[in-house]
Formats: sequence, structure tokens, C-alpha cells
Amino acid sequence: MDMARLNVPDRDLSSARMKVVRAAWAAKYYRSFDRDAVLRIAGAVVKAGHDKAGHFAEAAVRETGYGVVAHKTLKNQLCTFELLNHYRDLDLVSPRVDADRKIIELPSPAGVVFALAPVTNPVATVYYKAMLAILSRNAIVLSPHPLAKTCSAEAARHLAAAAEAAGAPSGLIQCVEEPSVPLVEEIMASDKVNVIMATGGTAMVRAAYSSGNPALGVGPGNAVAYVDPSAAVDAAARCLVDSKSFDNSILCTNESICLTQQQNRGNMERALRTAGAHICSADETDRLRDYLWQDGAFNAEAIGKSAVWIAKQAGIRANDAAKILVPVVEHPGQDDLLFREKLCPVLTLTAATDFDQAVTFAAQAAKRGAGHSAAFHGTDQRRLIAYSSAVPVNRVVVNAPCSQGAAGFATHLPPAFMIGTGFAGRSSVGENVGPQHLVHWTRIAFGRDVPADLSALDIEALARKPASAPVPVMAATTASAAEPDLNRDALRAMILEELRSLKGASE
Amino acid sequence: MFNYGYFSFASKDELLSKAAEYWNPGKVKFWQDAGTPMVIDRREGYRLHDMSGKTLIDLHLNGGTYNFGHRHPELVEVLKSGLDYFDMGNHWFPSVARAAFAEKLVKTAPHMKYAIFGAGGAEAVELAIKTARYATKRKKIVSIIKGYHGHSGLSVATGDERFSKIFLADRPEEFIQVPFNDPDALERVLKNGDVAAFIIETIPATYGFPMPEEGYLKACQDLCHKYGAKFISDEVQTGLMRTGVMWGWQGYGLKPDIFVCGKGLGGGIYPISACMVTEECGQWQVEDGAAHISTAGGSELGCLVGHHVIEMLQRPETVSNIDFVARFFAQSMAEMMARHSDIFCGVRQRGVVLGLEFDHPEGAVAVSRALYENGVWAIFSSLDKRVLQFKPGVLKDVDLCQEIIDRFDTAMPRARQLLSEMGRTW
Ligand SMILES: Cc1ncc(COP(=O)(O)O)c(C=O)c1O
Repeated sequence: MDMARLNVPDRDLSSARMKVVRAAWAAKYYRSFDRDAVLRIAGAVVKAGHDKAGHFAEAAVRETGYGVVAHKTLKNQLCTFELLNHYRDLDLVSPRVDADRKIIELPSPAGVVFALAPVTNPVATVYYKAMLAILSRNAIVLSPHPLAKTCSAEAARHLAAAAEAAGAPSGLIQCVEEPSVPLVEEIMASDKVNVIMATGGTAMVRAAYSSGNPALGVGPGNAVAYVDPSAAVDAAARCLVDSKSFDNSILCTNESICLTQQQNRGNMERALRTAGAHICSADETDRLRDYLWQDGAFNAEAIGKSAVWIAKQAGIRANDAAKILVPVVEHPGQDDLLFREKLCPVLTLTAATDFDQAVTFAAQAAKRGAGHSAAFHGTDQRRLIAYSSAVPVNRVVVNAPCSQGAAGFATHLPPAFMIGTGFAGRSSVGENVGPQHLVHWTRIAFGRDVPADLSALDIEALARKPASAPVPVMAATTASAAEPDLNRDALRAMILEELRSLKGASE
Repeated sequence: MFNYGYFSFASKDELLSKAAEYWNPGKVKFWQDAGTPMVIDRREGYRLHDMSGKTLIDLHLNGGTYNFGHRHPELVEVLKSGLDYFDMGNHWFPSVARAAFAEKLVKTAPHMKYAIFGAGGAEAVELAIKTARYATKRKKIVSIIKGYHGHSGLSVATGDERFSKIFLADRPEEFIQVPFNDPDALERVLKNGDVAAFIIETIPATYGFPMPEEGYLKACQDLCHKYGAKFISDEVQTGLMRTGVMWGWQGYGLKPDIFVCGKGLGGGIYPISACMVTEECGQWQVEDGAAHISTAGGSELGCLVGHHVIEMLQRPETVSNIDFVARFFAQSMAEMMARHSDIFCGVRQRGVVLGLEFDHPEGAVAVSRALYENGVWAIFSSLDKRVLQFKPGVLKDVDLCQEIIDRFDTAMPRARQLLSEMGRTW
């Protein structure tokens, strides 16, 4: 190796620092954009994003080897028109007046958002976080995962170009091209970053929270799907197979465990098989466990791979049409590795003796993905509530695929690639993260007993600053002051007169 | 106590008296009289810390020397790393740093052939004039009235007589001056066919950045060529992206035969300057490479820093930041002018080069003082004291720029007061 003879400063780090500075400029201008302008930019960006959703899905699968192009395309698309439609009526731009409580609220965007994009959703996350920034009038600097840096950066550039063409300040959406752990750590701690959006491994999320900057970070999941005897078991099985095979399970919202009751287990196996699952024998279950966990750690090679591919690696003879693999652990318990999170189409089936045991187990298993998501299949509402209260998660998806449901595809939850895991999951947010999390409000509060009539207030007009269009400056300018308004300020006028006469005298 | 290890001073006052005693009494007195008795102690980023503890935002930048701010960490890292390997080098021999830097500079201006190095701006101007004389075998050099190109033998002769007469260094028979923005005056001089070169800054800094009229510079260049003279562009203050492009002439569609740069080329941490020449002009380097010698010129450490300076300036993030800074000041100076129109009467701007005009013959002296009192250091134009040189650096961030404008606004009433006091004694 031909080592450089001189030490060279880290070029990537300095350019990342400059991106943050540039973002601060963009944020300064963007925070005064009006609602129409924001929606115009958002509209242009979702259109551009939608147009290339498939292209970038392909690029992501090619670069990372994770997931399924068609599903990644859907995920990317979710972050375009659907996301915009979901938030279109959430006005984070206009001041709010509450005449009864005599409170006026002025929106105050965060400024510069520093956002991590994980390798699992390298493009959807870029789309999603960029859209959140746009809707909340913030500038964003994205930092992709090193193994997905090309597709993430390309997607960011594509959106940035569309945003700029629609009138956004340049630098509103930027992406670090050569990410590294030291770079991310330094930028996260920069006093020029106003908020961090951290998605990724637990270590990264913890680092974000330790940076000293405000952070929105979310933890890992380990969703338990409970199939109650009251469920339509075939429909439930279809949901599970759909969800687990969706993008080869590379969403933190995917089901990890299918939990049912003993009385229902045979039925469940049959239904899963019909829906396209390969049910593992005891021997196959052991092989799968040995393949997926080596030296106690999850085998990264299996992440986002197809069921058939994994079966082959694990030495399991599965049908080529198998969509998911279902290892069976007879009794729910704490220790089986197969009850941990699996970002691949492997769904562990287990059965409790009764509902109470099911709830106890679900609550324990969900601790590994605390605050995240769980699923419930069935019609018994009393059990649904009991289950939801006992399991430490912030969303329970009912009679729908959890991968898509918790992320807002198949439910009315907000479309999101940041699933707030709340206090239980060591996160500052407990809901699906949206643009509202990137805006604070200045609250103008009148005294309770002080008379104040806010009903007729034209807050829009008051808030409007005198037009300040950017002036072109690379061409030379020689500006001159307009004649001063002499009536405006008597003192100033006197000085002016004095100066003028003095100047005259000196000539 | 100001203990620097190698030397120490009991107080700022002691330093001032020692400086007057051993160094330069005139300069010490001048700044005290001007009300801006600065002695820069610590410095970092775009901030200066006076010995008194007062902090100032630097908008003087010594004409762009501190384009990147003071002691930019990345440049300091480059220089430190260079010190582990190089020293000034031996000017006689080819060197890796010099060759690499020369190539980098030539690539920024492809019609140029060689980069010839010096240590300071005046030396580069010296080289430019010598080169033009070599190439034309003529002696006369034309510059503009109130032009400024440094203080060495040939360069000082191009400038204001205030700086040449005192040393008997004015040479009216060889150095001719014509008014700025007057191509006809230039043509009258060129017509005699004995002029080697016309030297001009793209935007004359020390004259207060008056803007060249549309087509003026191009007309000058064309006239030079028509009459067989060389067109020399002095980019010491207008180069290095300060007008939004690497070299000021690029923004005016020019192709100078020779151009010079210095100041910020060494990042404010190691002196270096360069004179860029076309193949034709640079023939003396083929004929006699040792015709010009400079021990400190093109030192390897300077070349290493300069190489990195150019690289940093070319980054898309830097280019974008310059645009933001320029827009910001265009907009906020227009606002300031509207708010303080009684004294503040004009803005001259191109990129991050600004001249602010005040409605009094010494207006900028008062404004400079008022700004100083409010924590901003910006210097008046020596050759037009109505105009304040206002020179933000290329990496200034939004918060700092906003702080500058806030301080500027606060300083205006004080400027008004100083002006009215000056007015009475005028
Ligand atoms: C336009 C111009 N040219 C040349 C020089 C001379 O540079 P130096 O002081 O490095 O010799 C200066 C210095 O201010 C300058 O502004």
C-alpha cells in the first residue's frame, strides 16, 4: 500500500461541516416561506420522488442486497403522494389564534435537521425525512449508511433538484456522500445542528441521544402478532405472510413471532401453509436457529434475503414458492433465540395454553422491541384491549399486516419510517414521527383577566414581513439610497441638513 | 500581564509604547487618533480579540487574506502536516509542492501557461511588470489614478504618489496614470505604441471598490491588444472566489495576459503569491529561468497551503456559501441603507466584495470607528474615505452574518453622532 507521506485533513468531514453551514442558510430563508410555497415545493418533490420510486428501489436492492424491488418501490411511493396527502391539512406554517383562550401561536421550525438513513430503507427514509423537513420548513442534511451511500445520496440529489426547481433555497436538502462513524458523531454534536432524526442501529440511536443535541431517535422492534381464537384464521395467515414477505421483512415493524393458543395451533399451521409459508419441522427449526444466530449474534447475511435463499443456506428443503419460513417453538419462553427480532422472512410460531399466558409472553417478548409495535388478529375487543394494555408497545395493528400497518400503509396511522418507540423504547417520541415533531411554537399568552379581542386579528397580515426578494449580486450592483423621508424623523433631518451643508462647504 | 513565554508585556499600554518606540510610531499614533487602537491578540474564525479583551468580528480580512477566517483549523492542519516533511525549500530546484501547486493554479485559468511564485502581492506585481516588459520590449506601464498594487519598487510606482514620492520612487516618465472608467484616456496613452502593459484591479479595492462600468474592462483589454501592450489583472483582492468566481476577470469575460494573486492564497497562515502568465509572456522562463530569484518566493510550505486553499475554494459547499453570504448582505445592506439613508448613501457590491458609501468626505472613518466600538472591524478605503471596505469571508455562517448586521444597525446612531462632530470641525 502506497501510504501518503503527508497527513491530509479529512475532506469528507470538512465538506459535511460545510453542508451544515449551507443548510443553516437555506433554513433561514425557508422558514419564512408561506404555505402555498411550501405546498408547491412539497408537490414538486413528491412528484419527482414518485417518478423515480422504482428506479431508486432497484438501486437500493442492487447496492445493499436487501429487500424486494417491487416492495421498496411501494415504500418509496408511500413517502410521496400518500405522505403529502396525509399531512396536507396539517398547517405548520400559519400562525394560530385561539381567541377564547387569548393565545396566539407562531410556528418556529427547528432549523437544521441532521438525519440518518439506515441501510434497511436507504431511499424511503431519504424521501420520508426530506418530506418531513419540507413540510415543517426545515433544512435537512442526510447521512446515509455507508453500505447504501450511493443510492441514498442519489435520491437526495434528485429530490433536492426538484425542490430547488420549485423555488426552494439551494441547500435545503443535502446528503453526506462519504459517511463514517466519526463524521456522524462529530456532526451530531455540532452546535449548528438543531435536531437529529436517528434511525438505525441501537448504537447510533443512543449516540444521537448522547450528542448533546435534541434528538428524535427510535429503537428496534420485535413485534408479536397474537392470533386469537376469535380471528378468521385464514385472513390472519394471509396478513402474516404478506407482512413477513414484504420487502423480505426489512422493516422494524415486521412481525417476529406469531403467537396463538394451543387449541388453535393446528389450524394456524394449516392456514399459514395455505398462505405460502413453509412450516419447519423440529429439525429444520434447529437448523434455522443455528444459521440465523452464530456466536450469539444475528447473521447479517440473512438480513433482507428471501425465504427460499435463507432456506437454502440453512439446509432446509423448502418449496421454491415459499414466501416465509415458520420455525415452530412449541412453548413460549424467554430464552429461545428465535423469539428475537429477525429482519428477514422468518416468523416464529408458538402457542400458549390460554389467553393469560399469551399476554404474559407477549409482554415479555415485546420488551426486546419495547415501545414499538404488535399485532392482534381477532374480533374479541375485550381481549384486544387487555392485550394492548399489557404489551409495552405504542401501536397495535389489528387484523392487518403489521409491517405495513404500523408504518401507515394499511391503516390510518401516519405514513412513517420512524416509528416512535416512546419512553419504553428509550425514545422522545411515542408516535409515528411527522413534520409536527420538527416545529415548536412561540405562544403569545394574554393575561386571563386582561381584555384582548383576538377574533378580528389579521394575523397573516401582521406576520408578513415586507417583501424581501433575494437580490442578484454576482453581477455588480451599485445601489443608492432613496431620498430620505424628512418628515419621518426630525432629528435625523436636522443632521442630514447639517451634513449636506457641510459637504457643500467643503467642495 | 501578557506573558507569551518568549516575551511579555505588563499591559496593552506598555505594548503600545514599546511598539511606538521600536517599531512604527506613525502607525501606532494613527490608530489611536482614529479611535480604533486595536492590538490583535488571540484570533480564530472570523473573530479578533483585542489585548483589552474586546472582541471584534473581522470584516477587513486584510483584503481577503483571511478569506477563510483566522487560523482555519483545516489549513492549520495542512501547514502542521507540511512542517513534518517540508520547510521553505530551495527555490533553485524543482519541487513537488511547487510543481503541484503551479499545476493547480494553471488549471484554474487554462489560457495561462506558468505560475511564477513570490512571497507577497507586490512581488507578484513586480514579476508581472517585468514579464510584460520582457514580452513587449517596452518600458511604460499604465495604471489607474488611485490604483494600488503594492509598495515595492515597480509596483509602488504604479500607485498613488503619497507612497512613492516620500521615497523618491515615483517615475512619471515610465509610469503613467489614467482615470478609472475612462477607456479613451487609456487609448490616448497607448496610441504612442510604447506601453508595455496596463495594470488594473478588476474592482479597485483601495479606491473603495468603485464598479467598472459595463464593458470598461473589456474595452481596456482590447485596447491593450490593439496597441501591442499586455493587459495585467491584479487579483490580489478580487481573486479567490471573492467576486463569486475564482478570478475576478472571469466574471467580466476577460483573458488577461498576466494576472497576479496573493493575500488569501496563503490562507492567512503562510505567505505566498503568484504571477500567472501566458506562454508568450512567460518565454523568459525558457530563455533564462533564473532571471528572477526569490528565496522566500514559492516556499514549499506556502505552496502546500495554497494548494489546499484552492481546493477548499472549489468545493461546491464553499461556492454555495459565498452565494448565500453575498445575497444576505445585498439584501440587508439595502435594508440598512433604507433605515439610515441620511448618512448611508450607497452600496457597491460584487460577490463578497462590498464598498459602503457614506455621505461625508471622511464618512467611512467615522463609521469604522462606530463599528469598532460595536464589535465589528471594517476599514475605510485609504484612497476614498467616503467608502467603507466591507469584506465578509467566504465561509461566514448565517448566525455570524446576522450578528454583523445587528451590530451594524446598532452602530449607526453612533456613526451619526461622530459624523456630526466631525462635521463641525471639517
Ligand atoms: C490590489 C493589491 N495589489 C497588491 C497588493 C500588495 O500586496 P502585498 O502587501 O502582499 O505586497 C495589495 C495589498 O494590499 C493589493 O490590495
